[in-house]
Amino acid sequence: METPGFLEPFKGRWTKRHLLDLESLTSDEITLLLDVAQAFKESTNDCRKKLSILTGRTSVNLFFEDSTRTRTSFSLAARRLGADVIEFSASSSSLSKGETLLDTAKTIQSMCIDTLVCRHKAPGTPQMLAENLDCAVINAGDGPHEHPTQGLLDILTIRQHRGDLAGKTVAMVGDIAHSRTARSNIWGLQKLGAHVIVCGPSTLVSRRWEEYGVEVSHDLDAILERCDVLNLLRIQFERQYTRPFPSVREYALLYAMDRKRMEKAKPDILIMAPGPINRGVEITPEVADGEHSVILHQVNNGLAVRMAAMWLLNEGRAPE
Amino acid sequence: MLRTLIQNGRVIDPSQNVDRVTNLLIEEGRIAGIDVVTDGVDKVIDASGKLVVPGLIDLHVQIREPGFEEDETIESAACAALAGGFTSIAAISETNPPVDSAAAVTYLGRQASEADHCNVFPVACVSSGRQGEEMAEIGILNNAGAIAFSDGQRPVSNPELLRRALEYTLMFGRPVLNRPEMVELSRDGVMHDGTVSTVLGLAPMPAEAEDVMAARDIRICEATGGRLHLLAISCSGTVEILRRAKERGVGVSASICAYQFALTDEAMRGFDTNLKLNPPLRSRDHIDACIEALKDGTIDVIASGHAPRSSEKKMCAITEAPFGMVGLETALGLVSTHLVRPGHVDWPTVIGAMSTNAAKVLGIEKGTLQLGVDADVTIIDPERTWTVDKADFRSLSNNSPFVGTKLTGRAVETIVGGITKFRYDQG
Repeated sequence: METPGFLEPFKGRWTKRHLLDLESLTSDEITLLLDVAQAFKESTNDCRKKLSILTGRTSVNLFFEDSTRTRTSFSLAARRLGADVIEFSASSSSLSKGETLLDTAKTIQSMCIDTLVCRHKAPGTPQMLAENLDCAVINAGDGPHEHPTQGLLDILTIRQHRGDLAGKTVAMVGDIAHSRTARSNIWGLQKLGAHVIVCGPSTLVSRRWEEYGVEVSHDLDAILERCDVLNLLRIQFERQYTRPFPSVREYALLYAMDRKRMEKAKPDILIMAPGPINRGVEITPEVADGEHSVILHQVNNGLAVRMAAMWLLNEGRAPE
Repeated sequence: MLRTLIQNGRVIDPSQNVDRVTNLLIEEGRIAGIDVVTDGVDKVIDASGKLVVPGLIDLHVQIREPGFEEDETIESAACAALAGGFTSIAAISETNPPVDSAAAVTYLGRQASEADHCNVFPVACVSSGRQGEEMAEIGILNNAGAIAFSDGQRPVSNPELLRRALEYTLMFGRPVLNRPEMVELSRDGVMHDGTVSTVLGLAPMPAEAEDVMAARDIRICEATGGRLHLLAISCSGTVEILRRAKERGVGVSASICAYQFALTDEAMRGFDTNLKLNPPLRSRDHIDACIEALKDGTIDVIASGHAPRSSEKKMCAITEAPFGMVGLETALGLVSTHLVRPGHVDWPTVIGAMSTNAAKVLGIEKGTLQLGVDADVTIIDPERTWTVDKADFRSLSNNSPFVGTKLTGRAVETIVGGITKFRYDQG
């Protein structure tokens, strides 16, 4: 397969078989993923142009949790690269007939699959599949653990708008405890030299993050004026027995990004949200749709990042 | 008269404070003396360089038959026990139906005697149907042969039930074995609550879920004057509470699972479902506190916590996988490798914890080499290095995270009632 000129400088620099997390990647590997994603954006008219660099390759979306944007984004990324895509949902699969997860994955793999994109509610499931399968595995979110492509697209968005990450202060606000997006962002941002703050109610933001060099705050107003970027995480109502805060009203009062808080923030603050967003909970509509918001840029960058990951794990990878 | 002489071994018997290189004579299935020099024996076992100890007793073995024979039968558990050096096991019901009737106790006993491997002592449920609501028929179960009462992995949550059970079992002189866990603090948990669980996003099982419940259990025990044994403790907080209670003379004892000393919660980074354990692998500070507690006698017993689960049950997402690992065949090797060889505890302490003290807790005439007792003897080679191999497991299940690892120290001969039931011939 001929490699297009714009990808030539990146070919053979990636060595890993899978993309399971950002914690285990080096800053060079993260930068390479971002650079390739940027190159796709610039050379294919914001990822509109269809390529044929992965023609003959097959990608499977094996999703055990509901997903709209991530699944669509991975499908589109594979198709834009010329690969075939198979969609696989837990409900339609033989898992409901009692087959083990691993047997299902092995069955799918024996259909000559090159890339398996997996989302599961349990941390570590993509890693377990990677250890037992021959194809490349991309983690599309494993419970609260990691969501590496989401982390990458968030970081790419910041880089596009604010340049080099080194020295920037990025705050993740909300439910850190249950957020895979938070974890992938933390590792990726730290490796590129950013200062990371996690902020939210003490029941959802553990002091333990300080041991990893992350600043921990429970007071959004106190950190606001130092932040270059705010990433507002969705509150996950579905995962907990005893609610970690008394009411949505109280949460919004303490942590929602609204017009009043915007006035206290840096004039060039960047507002991000991994979505789906709860308007009126973590972010008010006028902020979500306001001039500082780059939420829709994030979605577009998702496509570029996933194209980059798929290419690097397949044609772009260094020969073994 | 059949006579066997075990020669030149290091005979360790904590019940008599014996620890010296000498001979042990077995006659007609009973211990006939230490330091015996005699000819005219039918069989001589050379134990040079080996330990000769009272047969090991595993106080915490999950039994899966009836109901879950795909995991383990009573026969296979008893067979695995022998390979691990255990001559007796306390069989705790994780069965369906649970062991809460005389018939179930009798069945367990019959399966064990038909298997004719090691001694199997039935532990019956504390609560009817293992539901944690009403007391099981403890008197009837006692008459049928139950030596202790436990709901196994299910902690007795209802404090009134625990109080009643501790009072009622007093009449029969039987202990209640309870695993302390306040499930409201640990539900859906997968691993120890710490920095590792924070990073991995795995639901936490905080140490306080254990020590808060241990404190409650101990106070109820103290108030009733009953006999309580805390199964599978793992936290520094529990150890502290336990130590203070013992100083006050409360009738409480405790055991810990051997795996607890081998790995920390850092091992969870591999997301191995065989490491999903309850109690979970703890952090170093908790492990160190437990080692200290073992040394000063606060923790009485080391058990295997044997929890066989067939491989398909563990071939799933970690959140859905059942807890537990097989332990009978690796417990002694883990203890030798991780406690004795690094110098944390000596062999007499280990033999006390894996035999003599377990017998005391269970109230059985075992765990000793005194004249006239059943000749249950384990011969241990403390220097033997071996690799844990799936193919060698006698257990029907092989859900062990230690498969492929090297351990030093193992049982090389297991003698039950004077008869050699297991001999390790490899290597």
